Amino acid sequence: MEHILLPEGSIEKQTTTLNLGPTHPATHGVFQNILELDGERVMKSTSTIGYIHRAFEKIAERRPLYQITPLTDRLNYCSSPINNMGWHITCEKLLGVQTPKRVDYLRVIIMELARISDHLICNSIVGVDSGAFSGFLYVMQYRELIYEIYEEVCGSRLTTTIGRIGGFERNFTPAAFQKLEKFLKEYPKVLKEFENLFTRNRIFMDRTIGCGPISAERALNYGFTGPNLRAAGVDYDVRVHTPYSSYEDFDFTVPVGTTGDCYDRFLVRNEEMWQSLSIIEQAFQKVKEFKGAEAEVFHADVPAYYLPEKKDVYTKMEALIYHFKIVMGEAEMPVGEVYSSVEGGNGELGFYLISDGGRTPYRLHFRRPCFIYYQAFEELVKGGMLSDAVITMSSLNLIAGEMDA
Amino acid sequence: MTLTNETIQLKLTEKFPDQLTDWQEPYGMLTFTAPKDLNLKILQFLFDDAELRFQFLTDLQAVHYPDNKGAELAVVYHLHNLVDNVRIRFKIFVDIEKPDVFSATALYRSANHMERETYDFFGVNFIGHPNLIRILNVDDMDYFPMRKQYPVEDQSRIDKDDEMFGRG
Repeated sequence: MEHILLPEGSIEKQTTTLNLGPTHPATHGVFQNILELDGERVMKSTSTIGYIHRAFEKIAERRPLYQITPLTDRLNYCSSPINNMGWHITCEKLLGVQTPKRVDYLRVIIMELARISDHLICNSIVGVDSGAFSGFLYVMQYRELIYEIYEEVCGSRLTTTIGRIGGFERNFTPAAFQKLEKFLKEYPKVLKEFENLFTRNRIFMDRTIGCGPISAERALNYGFTGPNLRAAGVDYDVRVHTPYSSYEDFDFTVPVGTTGDCYDRFLVRNEEMWQSLSIIEQAFQKVKEFKGAEAEVFHADVPAYYLPEKKDVYTKMEALIYHFKIVMGEAEMPVGEVYSSVEGGNGELGFYLISDGGRTPYRLHFRRPCFIYYQAFEELVKGGMLSDAVITMSSLNLIAGEMDA
Repeated sequence: MTLTNETIQLKLTEKFPDQLTDWQEPYGMLTFTAPKDLNLKILQFLFDDAELRFQFLTDLQAVHYPDNKGAELAVVYHLHNLVDNVRIRFKIFVDIEKPDVFSATALYRSANHMERETYDFFGVNFIGHPNLIRILNVDDMDYFPMRKQYPVEDQSRIDKDDEMFGRG
């Protein structure tokens, strides 16, 4: 460094500062990591988040229950149906609504599809960040098919706002079931091929094994949940521990890893996709078993919160009254406080809802798994290479929308 | 043997006699209120006790009750015993003029971001937090936006009648 003339009194810095984000292809979202690098080794990482904070909790204090559903879409937008269902389940818990079994099974189908699409994105992005682009392009077709199924059910693709309090807005169309059948038929082959591309791939293994590891104890202390915690070896899954939406009726295993490194996280997510497929098949079978009038049930009987059918609104007095009250946000909810959680794509997605008997929540808090486990990132990448930091970030599945709420 | 809410309540009242109040079980989750100076002692006791083992901090946030004079802010802890699969919740109330609460970051690393978020939105001052700065809002914001005195919509607008939309 002797050839560089430094100004008088300045201290020669031994490290390089690198901004990873807020808009950087490696972050896959809007958040910033300021890395102190010694050569290519990460000495220190400081994270800044909040770039897309949209004050959902504050907005929710002024919205009737059904208008909060679109806000939940925008948390983890890779699996918004899970967020929507989680919110509906929270409301149903507060209101004491019992959903019919068929609704539960249909919800399970949608939620597991969402889990597949979430894990699919995460795993293929890990592939992209380690230099394998083709897997990503190949599986994108099947995410597209999942989105088409959403489209058949609710009309939208990414921010779905799927379902209502009590069930779905309409019954699944035959086309939705056809697409689901197509998905179940074709997807296992694709997933197998995707798996073959990576799991025993020497380059991929060398890149990910031992990269960004965390012990089970540390992971718990850091508040990890979901696939990242399971990769560290703790078999905590909300679907098993606190079953919601009739998950107790399904037979599935909870895969766990041992070291909590990127490779284990990849494998856990991969295995969870297989389990999700099996759950969807079981749920589809159960849905098919409903006959006659039961096969037409797609919502619970909660007239005060579930929008009546349009033709009833025009012909029946009660339906008109309820329609007006719901649309105008005049449906009052019971006093109470409820915490309810679902197994989101990234872990335990919790909703803490306090109602003082008004038309809107008194306080609503989202427990966003991403926001909580992102704290560990600084520790995970310390001492590793810069390229490992990138791959660790994508294998943690950090979603800016969920972090910032 | 499964851990029941009665057992938890019994153990806690034994350890902290006459200090924990307002025992409830809304939707099956044991809930109680504690004096604000005891929060760390309770967390530590729940963490260390061989039977209770509440070693996972699920959630930490605050609620603002402006009418509750002298104890406007409630800090709510959700804890989870993953072995017996039991959840509990407890609250501490603090004065909004002097919102000092002991930080749980020494016990739970996960509390770091959650406490920063609570500080950011409610102004709860966590004593002992290593880096208590704003996390989601801009650094130079000079108020705590989730407090109830800051309504969501622009109050100067006269074209909207809020009477029809819930909270006026």
